[in-house]
Amino acid sequence: MTKLQLNKTGNLNHLLTIEGLKEDLIFKIFNLADSFLNINNRDIKNVPLLRGKTVCNLFFENSTRTRTTFEIAAKRLSADVINLDIPSSSQSKGESILDTIDNLIAMGADIFIIRHSQSGIPKKIAEHVGPNVHIINAGDGHHAHPTQGLLDVFTIKKFKDNFKLLSTAIVGDIKHSRVAKSEIFALSALGVPDIRLIGPKNLIPDNIKESNIKIFDSMEKGLKDVDVIMMLRIQKERMTRDNIPSEEDYFSNFGLRKKHLGLSKKDAIVMHPGPMNRGVEIDSEVADSDQSVILSQVTFGIAIRMAVMAMLIGKNIKT
Amino acid sequence: MKNINKEIPSADKLIKLISDNILKEIDTNTCLIGIPSGGHLVVESLQKLLPTNTKYGLIDASFYRDDLDISGLKVKDKTTNINFDINNKKVILIDDVFFTGRTIRAAINEIFDYGRPKEILLYVLIDRQLSELPIKPNFSAFKVNLPRNTYIDLKNQKGKLEFKTRKIND
Repeated sequence: MTKLQLNKTGNLNHLLTIEGLKEDLIFKIFNLADSFLNINNRDIKNVPLLRGKTVCNLFFENSTRTRTTFEIAAKRLSADVINLDIPSSSQSKGESILDTIDNLIAMGADIFIIRHSQSGIPKKIAEHVGPNVHIINAGDGHHAHPTQGLLDVFTIKKFKDNFKLLSTAIVGDIKHSRVAKSEIFALSALGVPDIRLIGPKNLIPDNIKESNIKIFDSMEKGLKDVDVIMMLRIQKERMTRDNIPSEEDYFSNFGLRKKHLGLSKKDAIVMHPGPMNRGVEIDSEVADSDQSVILSQVTFGIAIRMAVMAMLIGKNIKT
Repeated sequence: MKNINKEIPSADKLIKLISDNILKEIDTNTCLIGIPSGGHLVVESLQKLLPTNTKYGLIDASFYRDDLDISGLKVKDKTTNINFDINNKKVILIDDVFFTGRTIRAAINEIFDYGRPKEILLYVLIDRQLSELPIKPNFSAFKVNLPRNTYIDLKNQKGKLEFKTRKIND
């Protein structure tokens, strides 16, 4: 995957997963995202960096936030943005995904933002396209959601000084979460020594061997002295399949409540990729508290997505 | 390559010349905006020589350049910072070396995304006289002719500002 993602000079050609990305490249993305944060504070929020380029949002799976932030990010870079309404498009007429991609390339698309319920589709498309077309994975099956992982660690960097001293906890359905996997790769790449995975035993992967990752099945034990609490969304449609008796039961065991913030460090931050199920995985009192950085994640997400798109088109980044 | 550093006066001397000329122009409506990295170093030095109520900013026009496809994206440590209202201001853009004019073109474009200044002037330490656009400095402290593949930049060498030259072979 690394060979597919990076060009000969070591810069991003596609963004499919955080797995294999080195610390210095991630910091380059952060550095660029910081520049874009300034722009987001101006009256005129556009820069002409991607003028004349076309960005295609291809969402085969529902999304509001991710799709909107990608669209805003591309528009702030002055790219032309095309949102494809997949259920009503050729896909429903039986056209293959690669045929759809080829047609859009023939229309001049430069960047594809792809979300798909099946793992590996963005990689398959990246293998198919030519050198001047770039793919960003916006979430594929249970595999990866790299821009979410990057924006989460970028958010942590804004509130915490040193990744090498951090204790972090990810809470929820780790096993089926592409967000959790991307967060784990990002935190590990930046040298975070303590990553705790907290959730019901049947929702935690059983093949974890990394020494910096520890598994907990209780909030009380897992959240002790952590600096960062990263909540995951429980997908309600999966609850029956995964033997979660009820939302109330899940909330009483793994829902983040105010009492838990007494276990973590006093200045711990609370994160959630959205959309939140209030009263299921997180209590409103916590979601709206001073320790919550959930809306900052959304703002920083635009800057990170601008940075990734700029890097794909800018190729050889010089610092 | 002949030792061009010997031909060029010291950075301090050129900064003093720029400062003397800014003092002729400056009023309460004037602000100085440096272009990193060299222009920002000049602005830092000028702050010691100019009235204390002068407003200073920084403009890194990397996102407005015309050579993204050729040269790639340059990410600098210092990014644009203009934390005052630029509308109707007299803006003096400051750079160390004026070369092709493309950086200044990009910087002017970015300034207009912050507002509509009354006027924009360009002051540089060195004018290489090789502009590729209808853009020229309003004031340059020194003029020099150098081959195109020779680059000259202002650097901070252990607290002292010095010009460094380098040759790029294509």
